[in-house]
Amino acid sequence: MSEHHSSHERQSFWTHYVFSTDHKMIGKQYYFTAMFMALFATAWSLLLRIHLAWPDKTWPVLGRLFPGLFQEGVLLPERYLSLVTMHGTVMIFFVVSIALVSGFGNFIIPLQIGARDMAYPFLNMLSYWTIVPACLLMLGSFFVPDGAAGSGWTAYPPLSAVPEAAPGSGMGQTLWILAMALFIASFTMGGLNFVTTILNCRTRGLSMMRLPLMIWTLFVASILGILAFPALTAAAIMLLLDRLGPTSFFLPAGLVFGGTVLQHAGGTPLLFQHLFWFLGHPEVYVLVLPALGIAFEVVTVFGRRPVFGYQTSVWALLVVAVLSMIVWGHHMFVSGMNPAIGEYFSIATVSITAPFAILAMNLVASLWRAELRLSPALLFVLALMASVGIGGLGGVFLATLTSDIYLHNSYFVVGHFHLMIAVVTFFAIFAGTYLWYPKMFGRQLNETLGKLHFWLTVPGVIVGFVGMHFLGMGGEQRHLYDPNAYQFLQHLQWLNVVITFALGSAAVAQIIFLANFFWSLRFGPQAAPNPWEATTLEWTTPSPAPHGNWPGELPVAYRGPYEYRVGGAAFTPQNKPDFVAPSRAPVPA
Amino acid sequence: MPELPKRNSTLEVLGVSVLLAAITLFTVIGFAHDWMPPVASRHGVGVDGVLRYLFRATGPILVIGAVAVIGFLWRYGRGRPTASPSTSHKTELLWSIVPVIGMMAVTEVGVVVKGMPVWEEIEATPPANALAIEVTGQQFEWIVRYPGPDGKFGRTSPDLVDKANPAGLDRNDPAALDDIVVRNQLHVPVDQPVYVQLRGRDVLHSFTVAALRVKQDVMPGIFTRALFVPTVVGRYEIQCTQVCGMGHYRMHGAVYVETPQQFHDWLSHKTGWLQQ
Amino acid sequence: MSTARAIRAPQHGPYPIGLLTVLVTVAMLFSAFTAALLLRRTASDWIPITWPPLVWVNTAILLASSVALEQARRAARIGRNESVLNWISIGAVLGLAFVAGQLALWRALGNGGVFLASGPHAAFVYLLTGTHAVHVVGGIGGLSWAFARAQRGGFSASHDGLSSVIVYWHFVGIVWLWLFALLSAL
Repeated sequence: MSEHHSSHERQSFWTHYVFSTDHKMIGKQYYFTAMFMALFATAWSLLLRIHLAWPDKTWPVLGRLFPGLFQEGVLLPERYLSLVTMHGTVMIFFVVSIALVSGFGNFIIPLQIGARDMAYPFLNMLSYWTIVPACLLMLGSFFVPDGAAGSGWTAYPPLSAVPEAAPGSGMGQTLWILAMALFIASFTMGGLNFVTTILNCRTRGLSMMRLPLMIWTLFVASILGILAFPALTAAAIMLLLDRLGPTSFFLPAGLVFGGTVLQHAGGTPLLFQHLFWFLGHPEVYVLVLPALGIAFEVVTVFGRRPVFGYQTSVWALLVVAVLSMIVWGHHMFVSGMNPAIGEYFSIATVSITAPFAILAMNLVASLWRAELRLSPALLFVLALMASVGIGGLGGVFLATLTSDIYLHNSYFVVGHFHLMIAVVTFFAIFAGTYLWYPKMFGRQLNETLGKLHFWLTVPGVIVGFVGMHFLGMGGEQRHLYDPNAYQFLQHLQWLNVVITFALGSAAVAQIIFLANFFWSLRFGPQAAPNPWEATTLEWTTPSPAPHGNWPGELPVAYRGPYEYRVGGAAFTPQNKPDFVAPSRAPVPA
Repeated sequence: MPELPKRNSTLEVLGVSVLLAAITLFTVIGFAHDWMPPVASRHGVGVDGVLRYLFRATGPILVIGAVAVIGFLWRYGRGRPTASPSTSHKTELLWSIVPVIGMMAVTEVGVVVKGMPVWEEIEATPPANALAIEVTGQQFEWIVRYPGPDGKFGRTSPDLVDKANPAGLDRNDPAALDDIVVRNQLHVPVDQPVYVQLRGRDVLHSFTVAALRVKQDVMPGIFTRALFVPTVVGRYEIQCTQVCGMGHYRMHGAVYVETPQQFHDWLSHKTGWLQQ
Repeated sequence: MSTARAIRAPQHGPYPIGLLTVLVTVAMLFSAFTAALLLRRTASDWIPITWPPLVWVNTAILLASSVALEQARRAARIGRNESVLNWISIGAVLGLAFVAGQLALWRALGNGGVFLASGPHAAFVYLLTGTHAVHVVGGIGGLSWAFARAQRGGFSASHDGLSSVIVYWHFVGIVWLWLFALLSAL
C-alpha cells in the first residue's frame, strides 16, 4: 500500500524536515503554521478590540508600530475593515482549518487506523507546500498600496468586485482571492488523501464501525469539503473576472462610483452569496465536527468509558453533514432573496438542531458512569460542552427567520460564530494538544501549567463572546468602526470595554500555553508509549511515533475503540486479541 | 511511566462545577435582561415575541445540560466507585429519540407557529393606504425620495446623478418634477403603514432601524422592500448594517415617527427637488 | 464485539477512491458554474454568440484522444507495455492539440469581435472553456505520470493508476460535451 516503510535511507535536512512526505511531520508543519498565523490574527483582533473599547482615544505607541494602520494614533476606518476581514479569513482558513483538520488529521489518521502513512504521501507534501504561498500572499496583502482586502471575510460584491469601491478593494482583494484559491487547492488535495486513506488503508480487523469517532468526523469533514469548496472556487474565479474582465457575473447595470457609471450590466450580487454560502455553511461543520471528534476522544480517555451512543453518533454525523448542504440560505434571510425560499431555509436549518443535539447529548452522557480525571484536556472539553450548548442554542435565534431580521449582522452573530468556530475549535485544539503531545513529540506537557492555561482562558473567552450576544441584542452591528456613531448604542459602550478586557486577558493567557509547549519540547519529561492508558491504536507505538509508525508489524484490530472498564479489565487496547477457547474436537493421539 | 491522573481533589471538582454554573448563570441572566431598544412598530411586537419564546424555550435546555454536566462531574469526578458504563443499544437509541423530538418541537414551533405569521406580515402586499417612500443606499448616505403631490415616483437614471441631483431625477419626466428628496431622514406618520422601496447605487448596504425591527439589504440591480407600521412617536436611528466601505460606520440617519399633523406640516413645507 | 473479524484486504489500491473524489470535486465545480449560467440566463441582456466552426474540430480531437486512451487501457490489460506507451503518447498529443485548438478558438472569437467582456454569454464561453482547458492540462499531467510509470516497469495487473487517469480523461471529455451542449443551447 504505502511503499516507503522499508526505505530507511538517511534523510537530508530537506527531505526530513522541509519536504517531508511523512504524515506526522506534515501534520506538525500544518500545526506550527497555524500557530504562526494565529499570532498575527490574534494581534489584529487585539488592535480591533482596543479600538472598539475606546474609539476616541489615540494610541501613539501603536501608531508608531503600525504606521500603515494608524494615522495620528487613531486606527483608520478602512484599515479597521481590513483588520476585520483578514482576522476572519486567516482564523477560519489558516488557523482553525489547518490546525484542526490538516494538522491533527494528518498526524492522527494513519496512527489511529493502523497504517504506515497516508495513501498519497507525495500529494500530502504538495498540499502543505501549497498552503505556504497562500499564507504569504495573505500576509503580504497588507503591504500593497491601498492595503489588505476590506470587504469582510465574506467578500461580497460589488464591494469586493469593484476596485474603486474602497481602499482594500484594490490589489489587496485580488491577492485575497489568489490566496484563497491556493488554500482551496491545498485543502482539496488534503481531503482527497483523508478520504482515500480512511477508506482504503485501515488495518486488518478495523471495520468502519470500529473506527475512533475522531476518524469519522475527519472523514465526514473531508467529504463536506470536497463537495462544498468547488462552489467557492467558482465564485472566486468569477469574482476575479469581474474585477479584471470587466465581466458582469455579479455586477448589475447602473453602478455609480465617484460620479462615473460603470460599464457592467446584467449580473447579480445575490449569485455570489448563494455560491459563497453553499461553501460557507458546510465549512463551519468542517471545523466543528472534528472538534467534536477530539472531544469524544478526550472524554473516553479521561472518563475511562466508551462513548455513549457510538452508533447513534455516527448516524447523527452523517445526517448533520447531509443537512448542512441544504441550509445555506439562512445567511441570506434579509438579502433580497425570495422570501418563500427564506421560509424553506429556516425550517430546514432548525432541523439540524436534532442530529446535533444527539451529538451533544452523547458527549455529555459519556460523563455518566465515568471515572473522570480532570486533566487539562478534559477540562477544556468540559468548557467545550458549555460553549457548544450556548452557541448551539443561540444559533436557533438566528436560524429562525423572524428573529433573524433583528439579529442579522449584529454582534449576536459575531458572538455566536466565535463561540462555535473559535471557542469550540480552540478548546478542541488545546484538548487535542494536551492529549497527543506525548505521541507527537515524545515529551509530556506540564500539567499544572495546563490547568492554569484552562483557568485563565475560559472565563475571559466566555464573558467576551457571550457578552457579544448581549451587545447584539442591544442593536450593535458588526463591521462597525465607531460604536459612538449611534446615539442609541452609547449606553452599551461599557460592554465593549468589558469584552475587550475579557478577550484581551484570555489572549495574553495563551503565553502560558506557548511557553509550556515550547519549553516541554526540549525539557519536558520523556513520554511513555501509552501514558494515558488509552485504547486506540496510536498508543500502541512508541512516543514519539517512529518513521513507519510501528517498528514491527502493523497492529490488528480485534475490538472497538473504547473498551474501558468493559469485560473486567481497566482498559483493553484495540489490538489486544481475544483468546478463543480451544474447540471440543478430540486431539489426535 | 503512566501519567493518568488518579484522583481529582474535591476542591478542583468544586471549582470546575462553580465555573460551569457561573457560565450558565451569566448566560441565562444576560439573555433574560432586556437589552433591546423599546419596540415601535406593529410587526416588531411579533419579532420580540419570537425572541421571548426562544429564550424561554432554549434557556431551560441549557440549564438542564449544565445541571447534568455538573451532576456527573460531582458524582463521577471524586473517585467514588462507579458501575460499569455499558449500556444497551436500545437505551442509546432512546436517548437519541428524546433530543430529536425535543429540539424539533421547540425549534419548529418557533419558526412556523410563532415566526411565520410575523414574517408574512412583513412580506405582505402593501395595503392601499401605505405611504410609499423610496430609499437609495449609497456610499455613504441614504437618499430618501417622496413621490410628491402627484403620488408618482418620477424617472431617475444613474447617468444623471451628481452633487446637484443626488437622486438622479430626470427633468424631462413630468412626474419627477415634484419628487421630494431629503438626505438621511424619513418622516412618517404614526399608525399608518409605510412601504419603503429600497435600491442601491453602488455596493450592498442594509437599511436597518432597530427600534422598528426593520432590516433589509439594499441590492443594486433590484428593488428590495420594507413594510412596517410605526406605533410610537419618536426619533429612531437608521443604521447601515452591511459593510460598504470605509464610511460604513457613519452611514446613519433617522426615522421621525410623527403625529399626522406634524407629518403633514413637514411634508407640505417641502418642494420638489427639481423645482428648487 | 471483541472477536477478531479480519476484514478483506482491499481489492484495489487507493486509486479508485482517489479518482472518485477528484471526479466529485470537478463535477461540483462545473455544477456550480452551470447553476450560475442558468441563473444568469434569465437576465434580459443575453446575446447568444455563434461558435466558430473550429469548435467541432476540437471536439472531434478530444473524442479521438479518449478513444486512443481506451486503447491504452486495453493494451495494459493484456500486458502489452509498448502499446500502452504508444497509445498514451497519442492521447496526450491529441490532448495538447485540443488545448491549442481552444486557444485558437479564442483567437477566432476575438476576430469575430467576441471578447470576455462582450456580454454574459461570451463571458461564460471564455470562463467555461478556459476552466475546462485547465482540467485537460491537468489530465495531460496525469498522462505524463502514467507514461513515466509505464516506462519504468509497467503497471501491476490491476493497472489501477493508469485506469484512473484514463477515466479522469473520459470524464473531462464528458464535461466538455456537457458544456458545449449547454453553451450552445442557451
